[in-house]
Amino acid sequence: MYVAVKGGEAAILATHELLAETRRGDPAVPEIAPAQIREQMGLAVARVMNEGSLYDPDLAALALKQAQGDTIEAAFLLRAYRTTLPRFGASLPLDTGAMAIRRRISAAYKDLPGGQVLGPTYDYTHRLFDFALEEGGETPALTPAPAPLAETMPRVPDILGQEGLMEAEAPPEGDPAPFDLTRASVSFPAGRDVRLQAMARGDEGFMLGLGYSTQRGYGNAHPFAGEIRLGEVAVSFVPEELGFAVDLGDLTLSECQMINQFAGSKDIPPQFTRGYGLAFGHAERKVMSMALVDRALKARDLGEAADYPAQQEEFVLYHADNVEAAGFVEHLKLPHYVDFQGELELIRRIRAEREARLAKGQDHLPEAAE
Amino acid sequence: MEPDPLVESRQRRLAILARAPRQEIETLLETVGGAPPHEALKAPETGTVIVEGRAGGTGRRFNLGEATVTRCVVRLEDGTLGYSYALGRDKTKARLAALIDALAQDAQRGPVIAAGLARLALDQQALRALASRKAAATRVEFFTMVRGEG
Repeated sequence: MYVAVKGGEAAILATHELLAETRRGDPAVPEIAPAQIREQMGLAVARVMNEGSLYDPDLAALALKQAQGDTIEAAFLLRAYRTTLPRFGASLPLDTGAMAIRRRISAAYKDLPGGQVLGPTYDYTHRLFDFALEEGGETPALTPAPAPLAETMPRVPDILGQEGLMEAEAPPEGDPAPFDLTRASVSFPAGRDVRLQAMARGDEGFMLGLGYSTQRGYGNAHPFAGEIRLGEVAVSFVPEELGFAVDLGDLTLSECQMINQFAGSKDIPPQFTRGYGLAFGHAERKVMSMALVDRALKARDLGEAADYPAQQEEFVLYHADNVEAAGFVEHLKLPHYVDFQGELELIRRIRAEREARLAKGQDHLPEAAE
Repeated sequence: MEPDPLVESRQRRLAILARAPRQEIETLLETVGGAPPHEALKAPETGTVIVEGRAGGTGRRFNLGEATVTRCVVRLEDGTLGYSYALGRDKTKARLAALIDALAQDAQRGPVIAAGLARLALDQQALRALASRKAAATRVEFFTMVRGEG
């Protein structure tokens, strides 16, 4: 049992002031503005939006500034802020097929309708320092191509799907509204909608480690990156008072379609199976990891053995949320004086009893934990 | 259901306004004499919309996460209603956009507003096309290398 303590107000106020001073660092160095973080630290902003589960680049940038770049603390700020807002409703389901593409690659298909577009990627950089960034200044100017890309590009699994070689992704009967784990508690077995929501807001590092584990043999993965795409997708919402869909603007999204080895049954001939990842902003590692784990979590649905952590949905879903995880790990820092006093008394008593038995010359010592 | 041309033109209008910077909406409002007398039926309010995706892009719906949205409903003196919904938290923009939506229905000011919105739409298309042309500059042809001569 956790017993609260009182007192310490003056010290807590002082620590807030010291924190502000520490956050600011050397006052001789110019202070950063949230807009600079939003524009120049966009990948960190995306991570905070995903793990904070709120799309708002300005707020995510402010959260990063306030948290001194601690992404989990920043995600916590977004989650806390979110609870103060009314929810107007649910969007119409996003159509990522209509994405305005800025990057789109396939490691499975060389010649894609619409083409392979590298976009802004670190993939082909040399990972050598660019010391010119220390000084800042002009960025090299790209010469745009004479013509834009196609307005929309087909999703790679949809192309293979036409041949019937790909596990179909169709809505269940009636296209039901998804479960919302922020409004109701999760029970198991969890539906795919629950799993995808939990992973979308899950910690990137945790998802990466689990995804990696499936590649290393802790799960039966033989994945190909069928498609990774990045770009802008319009999001729409039907306000009650209007009764028709209103376009709210564009979200930057990353999407990964992972293609995996076959499954079949007596009714369905062998076909590729799929894993899916979707995230706010440019978050490629996150969507790839999510897609690997999404596929691993289909083990039960596909009648495969679920022997490894990435295949066990209770393990994955209960440990993916870094705000919850950090809360439980870090609550150990808070005063536990009463708990500890109890343990201290217990161990003193056990030791006293042991001494007493030894003094009486008993040769058998029971286990200390008895 | 038959597509309603009034609904469609309003949908186009709101989509342009949602993507327009506040400054541009303010400038457009200036061209028709600034903010008219009005009351806020729904004062600018920030909330969230939960954003849904589909598994695999086409399958089961799931909740990706929320997005901040700001909405506003205004009524002009003649009773015309104006609506605004857009991503983000800009309440000033929400009110200005709702006023534009209302004035767009006005016989005199409507055509001026429509012309202004058409210009904004062109700007937005140009930005989109430029981003797409930059991406197109990174389009790649991979060649498969055949190893060995068999």
